[in-house]
Amino acid sequence: MNWDFIWEYLPLYKDAALLTVKIGWLGIAIAIVIGFLCAIALYFKVPVLRRIVSVYIEISRNTPLLIQLFFIYYALPKIGIPTNPEACGVAGLAFLGGSYMAEAFRSGLEAIEPIQMESALSLGLEKSQALRHVIMPQAVSISVPAFVANVIFLLKETSVFSAVSLMDLMFTAKDLIGLYYKTTESLLMLVVFYLIILLPVSILGSVLERRLRHAGFGS
Amino acid sequence: MPDLGLDVLFKGKNMIRLLGGLWVAVKISLISVAISIPLGILLGIIMTSKNPIIKAVTRVYLEFIRIMPQLVLLFIVFFGTTSALGVNISGELASVIVFTAWGTAEMGDLVRGALISIPKHQYESAAALTLTPSQTYLYVIIPQTVRRLIPLSINLITRMIKTTSLILMIGVVEVLKVAQQIIEANRMSSPNAAFGVYLTVLLMYFIICWPISMLAKRLEKKWG
Repeated sequence: MNWDFIWEYLPLYKDAALLTVKIGWLGIAIAIVIGFLCAIALYFKVPVLRRIVSVYIEISRNTPLLIQLFFIYYALPKIGIPTNPEACGVAGLAFLGGSYMAEAFRSGLEAIEPIQMESALSLGLEKSQALRHVIMPQAVSISVPAFVANVIFLLKETSVFSAVSLMDLMFTAKDLIGLYYKTTESLLMLVVFYLIILLPVSILGSVLERRLRHAGFGS
Repeated sequence: MPDLGLDVLFKGKNMIRLLGGLWVAVKISLISVAISIPLGILLGIIMTSKNPIIKAVTRVYLEFIRIMPQLVLLFIVFFGTTSALGVNISGELASVIVFTAWGTAEMGDLVRGALISIPKHQYESAAALTLTPSQTYLYVIIPQTVRRLIPLSINLITRMIKTTSLILMIGVVEVLKVAQQIIEANRMSSPNAAFGVYLTVLLMYFIICWPISMLAKRLEKKWG
């Protein structure tokens, strides 16, 4: 193990990790918005929108992110939609993540018995009030485990970004292995940096899950 | 109508080559799934053990495999074995090793979850009805566990197929690599080939994975 080598190239990994985190969180934030809107469209059975959302969810969930990225990065410019690596990474992650988030929110909403809505309405609440004060708090706490699992899944998926020439952690590791043959050191730093990114989310997720479990009604 | 580069697909053997590339990825995922299901069932049963050492070891294995991106695992096995052990393994072998290790961890967790989700009163009621432990497992526990497991294992197959697209990154010639070659070879004659070819690859994955996920969803609803 060559510690000088590790010390020398640590800043390179740090920059790469920051890029991964930046694009990852931006993509996930957009995915949450898309997922929320899709789940609402499905829950209220909005006529045409509902079909479009279902088709989007099936396509997005049944194709790999790597292929989606290739399509966005290399194919879309051919029909006049320009991209750059960073926008492509964010768009790909948002496209993939949107459907996973939609499924998480939808299963939360569907887990709430219709009687909750009916009772709220009979108590004189407006539909929007019932949604905001009765349905949503319960639905959100039910979807937390799936939501956290999705965030971790999406952060892991960012590892394919190097395929569209983003200088992320994988790119840096492969580069260093190719240039200096310091395989063990490069791989060690790769693992350590991914742990730094992923472990806090995983731990935070399990804490959050434990605390929110008490929020569910009757459990 | 702009040129979408779809003509390239019908030139020569291009379509057959793409399907051949897809088969490489699907083959690797099927082999990995076939090995991970029995190993995963075994791991799941071992994980319900009360021995603290066994519990700790299996837990660390599971957590490490599940928190690391699969691409990192591929890099570790593909590049790491060469430098650490001095053996040069092929990309295909590295992929099968990684996806089997990953599939075993995922399957093990599913099996463990299904086993501990069987309420205790099922065992107790079976005992009260004077069933022997082997009868209890055979007629009460296993049928309930299998029903929960089958849709989840089918889902694992689609996840495996989607994840095997990563083998491109360690140099295995699969469908995306073939797609790149086709686009490169036809760069002059059809500059927009990238659109048609990558769209086809996307649809190919969809056509394989969608029916499998539908089946899993249907079974889940039926037995849920």
